[in-house]
Amino acid sequence: MSKYIVTHDVNSCIGCRACEVHCKEKNDSPPGANYCKIITVGPYERQGIPRFDFVYMSCFHCEKPWCVDACPTGAMQRREKDGIVFVDQGSCVGCKACIAACPWGVPQWNADTGKVSKCDLCKDRIDEGLRPACVSKCVTGCLEFTTPSEASESRRQHFAEQMLRVQG
Amino acid sequence: MKKSVYSLCGMCAVRCPLRAEVEGDEVTWLEGNPHILGGALCAKGSAGIARYRDDERPHGPLIREGERGEGRWRQVSWDEAITYVTDKLKAIQKKYGKESVMVTSRGGPFQNQYKTFCHAIGSPNYTNHDCTCGRNTHHASKSLYGLGRKGLAYDYKNARHLVLFGRNILTSLKVAEASAVVEMLRRGGKITAVDVRVTPTSGKANRFFLVRPGTDYALALGMVNEMLKQKAYDQKFIKKYVKDFSKLQSFVKPYTAAWAAKECGVDAATIKAFVTDIKQDMPRVIFHPGWNLARYKDSFYVSRMLHIMNILMGNIEVEGGQFFPKSPADCGKKGLRNVDCPKPDIERADGCGSTYPHLDKGPGLEHLLLPPMKTGKPYPIKALISNRHDLMASLPDKEQLLDYLNHCELLVSMDALWGEFTWYCDVVLPESTFLERSNQLVTQKGLKPRFAIRQQAVSPRYDTKPSWEIYKMLADKMGVGEYFPYETIEDYWNWQLEPTGYSIEDFQEKGFVELTDEPVWYDRDKLDGKFKTPSGKIEIISKMLEDAGIESLKPYEPPQAPEKGTFRLVYGRPAWLAHNQSTNNPILSQLTPGNRNNIWINREVAESLGIRNGDWVEVKSAGEYGGPLQAFVTEYIHPEAVYTDHGFGKEVPVQSRAYNKGVSDAKLMTGLLDVWDRAGGAVALCESFVTLSPCEPPADA
Repeated sequence: MSKYIVTHDVNSCIGCRACEVHCKEKNDSPPGANYCKIITVGPYERQGIPRFDFVYMSCFHCEKPWCVDACPTGAMQRREKDGIVFVDQGSCVGCKACIAACPWGVPQWNADTGKVSKCDLCKDRIDEGLRPACVSKCVTGCLEFTTPSEASESRRQHFAEQMLRVQG
Repeated sequence: MKKSVYSLCGMCAVRCPLRAEVEGDEVTWLEGNPHILGGALCAKGSAGIARYRDDERPHGPLIREGERGEGRWRQVSWDEAITYVTDKLKAIQKKYGKESVMVTSRGGPFQNQYKTFCHAIGSPNYTNHDCTCGRNTHHASKSLYGLGRKGLAYDYKNARHLVLFGRNILTSLKVAEASAVVEMLRRGGKITAVDVRVTPTSGKANRFFLVRPGTDYALALGMVNEMLKQKAYDQKFIKKYVKDFSKLQSFVKPYTAAWAAKECGVDAATIKAFVTDIKQDMPRVIFHPGWNLARYKDSFYVSRMLHIMNILMGNIEVEGGQFFPKSPADCGKKGLRNVDCPKPDIERADGCGSTYPHLDKGPGLEHLLLPPMKTGKPYPIKALISNRHDLMASLPDKEQLLDYLNHCELLVSMDALWGEFTWYCDVVLPESTFLERSNQLVTQKGLKPRFAIRQQAVSPRYDTKPSWEIYKMLADKMGVGEYFPYETIEDYWNWQLEPTGYSIEDFQEKGFVELTDEPVWYDRDKLDGKFKTPSGKIEIISKMLEDAGIESLKPYEPPQAPEKGTFRLVYGRPAWLAHNQSTNNPILSQLTPGNRNNIWINREVAESLGIRNGDWVEVKSAGEYGGPLQAFVTEYIHPEAVYTDHGFGKEVPVQSRAYNKGVSDAKLMTGLLDVWDRAGGAVALCESFVTLSPCEPPADA
C-alpha cells in the first residue's frame, strides 16, 4: 500500500461519474481507458427498497504490486518516497504483462500509443500539495484522499457517532 | 505562468460557478469555484475543456449554399453574415410586418439581450425553450403565490424530508443542489421518491412509490386528503396566509389514500405512513414542485398540488423549507443595470397574455409561435433566430416541426455547437464556447445574493464571437444600436455596475461579489405583501385561472392506458449528459457504451415479447420514425412504460461521435408538438406511445 489511500463513501456517492471525467480530462486517457471507474450495481432490492450501489475502482497502489513484478522493462514502477505505482511511458513496450498480472484489471491499454497507462494518483498534483483530480472535484465529497491510518481513525469516529445516534 | 480565471460554466443550463487555471492560452484545469463549491464540479463541467478544443463545431459564420439540411455551406466574414441576416430581416419585416420575426433561446440569465433585440426591431415574439421544461411549474407557482417558479427556493441541507415526484435531483443535477441533498441525507434527512422507474435518486430514498405513468396527480391528491385527515398541516400559517383553504378540503374529499393507492398501483398503508412521517418532520419538509415537468396533460395540476403540499407544511421562510431568494434590494444594495427595450404594443402571435391571459407573455410559448409560420394566423411568422437552442432536439415530433419551419423564410442559429437546427438553418452565427467568451454580469438571488461574472479564459480557437458582440452588430445594422450601449465587454460591465457602486476589480478575487455577509431571512410572521396574487394571499382558488375560465382544482382524470403492444415513452438523462449538447463531446461521448442510448423495459413485458437483457429492439413511433436500441431489462420500471435517455439519435454528419448513434426520443413523440396544456402552457412529452420488436443490431454496433 502506498502512503495514500482514496476512500469512497458509498452512501454519499450518487453515481454521477464526474470522477471519471475529471480523471480523463486531467490525464488525457484515450477512449476505452479509464484509470478510475464507477461501477454501477443495480437497481436491485435491499430490505424491500430498490437500491443502486456504486463502487469506485481505481488502483490500490499495492505494497508489493504484481504489475511491477511482471513488467519486464521496468516501465511499471513504484515511487520510492510514497509508494505510488506508475508507468514510465518511455520504457513501456506494450507487452501487457502488467494487465495480465493485476487481479483487479487496473492497468489500462492505450491503443493510440501502444502502451499501458494507469492511475498515478495525479502525482504531479500531489507533489504540489494538491489532491488527485477525481477527489478534488467530486460532486458530493464522497471520495477522500487520505492515509490508511487517518481513514481508519475517521471511520471509527463515524461508526461511534452513528452507534450513539442509533442508541439515542 | 498560471493564472486563475473565475467564470460560470456553460455545459448545461445551471451555470455553476467555476475557476479555470490558464497557462499561456490554454485552460489546464477547471474546477467548481472553491469559494462556493469547494472545487466540486460535475462530469459535464470538466468536459468543458474538451468542448472548446473540439474541432467538430462551426469554425466561422456560414451561409447555406444547398438545400436546407444538405450541409453545403459558404464560409463568410462576420460582416457579410450580419449584413445578409439584417437585409433579410428588413425585407421580411417590410413584407410581413415587424412582428413577423421570432427570437428564441434556451432561457437563462443572459436572455434579456436576445429579448431586447427582438423588441427593439419591433417584434413582441421573444420566446424560449421553457414550453418543454418548466412552464407548468412556473404557472402553477404563479397561480398560487403570484410568483414565478424561481420566486421561491429550497433549503435542502436543513430539510428533514424531501419529497420528489419524478425529480431525479441527484442525476439531473445542479452541483450545489445535489451536494446539499447529500448533506441532508448525511444529517439524517429522508427522501420519499415517486417515479415510474428506479433512478439513482430513488435509490437513496427511504420510501419509494413506483407509480403507474400519468397518475402522479392521483397520488398527490391522495396525499393531500390524508394530510388533511391526519391534520398534517400548519393551521396557523394557513389561517394567516391562505385563501380558500376550505375549497381544498371539500375538493380532495373523494380522493382518499385508498383510492389513490388503487389508481397508482401503490400501497395505501405506505401513503398513510408517509403522511404520519411528514407530520413529525414539518415544517422542514420540501415537496419539489417539478423541474422539467412538461410531461403529462395534467402536469400543471400535479405541480399545483405539490406547491399546495408545501403550503400545507407551512414551510415558507423557515430553515429546511422554502425561502424567498433575496435580491440586492433586500441587502440594501442597488441592482445591476441590464439592457432592455419595452415590448412593442402588438399582441403576441402565440396568444400569451391575450387569448391566454393567464400565460406569461414574458417568454410566451415557443410551440405556439410555430403554427403561424404555416397558417399566417393571427399573423405570419417568417424569420426565426435561435440562441444556443436546438429546436429539433428539444421539441417533439421533428416531422411536424419541419412542416412549420419550412414556411419560414429565414432561419438563423447562434450556437457554439452543431445541432440539428443549426445544421438545417440558413445562416450560422457561431458563438464562442463559454471558456472563450465573457458575458454580461448576472445577479444570483438566494439567502446570500451575489453578482457573478463569466469571463473569457482563452482566445476563441475559431472565428467565433460572444453573443453580446453579435447582438451589438445585428442591432447596429438594424438601426437600433442604442439599446446596446457599449463597444467592449468592459464598457458593458462598467455600464451595468454603475448604479451599484462596485467595480469590475471587485470580482477578480473570487469571481463574484457577495451582497451580504449573513443569510437574509424574512420574518415568517410578516410575509404580507410578499405574495403577488390579486388578493395578496396564497390563492387555492386562483383568480388568474378562474378569470381565464380555467379551474383551479381540477378533478382527476385517469391517463390513457396504452393500447396492447404499445408502451408509454418516458425520458430522462444520465448525470454526465446535458442532452444533445453533450452527446458529441470528445470525453462525454465515451461514457455511454457505443454512445447510444438504451431502452428500459419491464422484465415481465420483455419476457412476453421474447426480449432478453442486451437484445436489440426496434423502437417505433406512431409515425415513420424508429430505430434499434439495446434493451435494459429490469423489474424496476412500470410495465406500461419504456424509458430512454434524451439527446441521442442526432443526424448531423459532421458530428462524428454522435452521428446516427442511438434513437431520438423527441422524434419518437409523434403528434405531440400540438398537444399541450391550456392551464400550464407546456407540451406533454410523455403522452406518446411506441412499439417494440426484436431486431438485428445496427451495422456499426
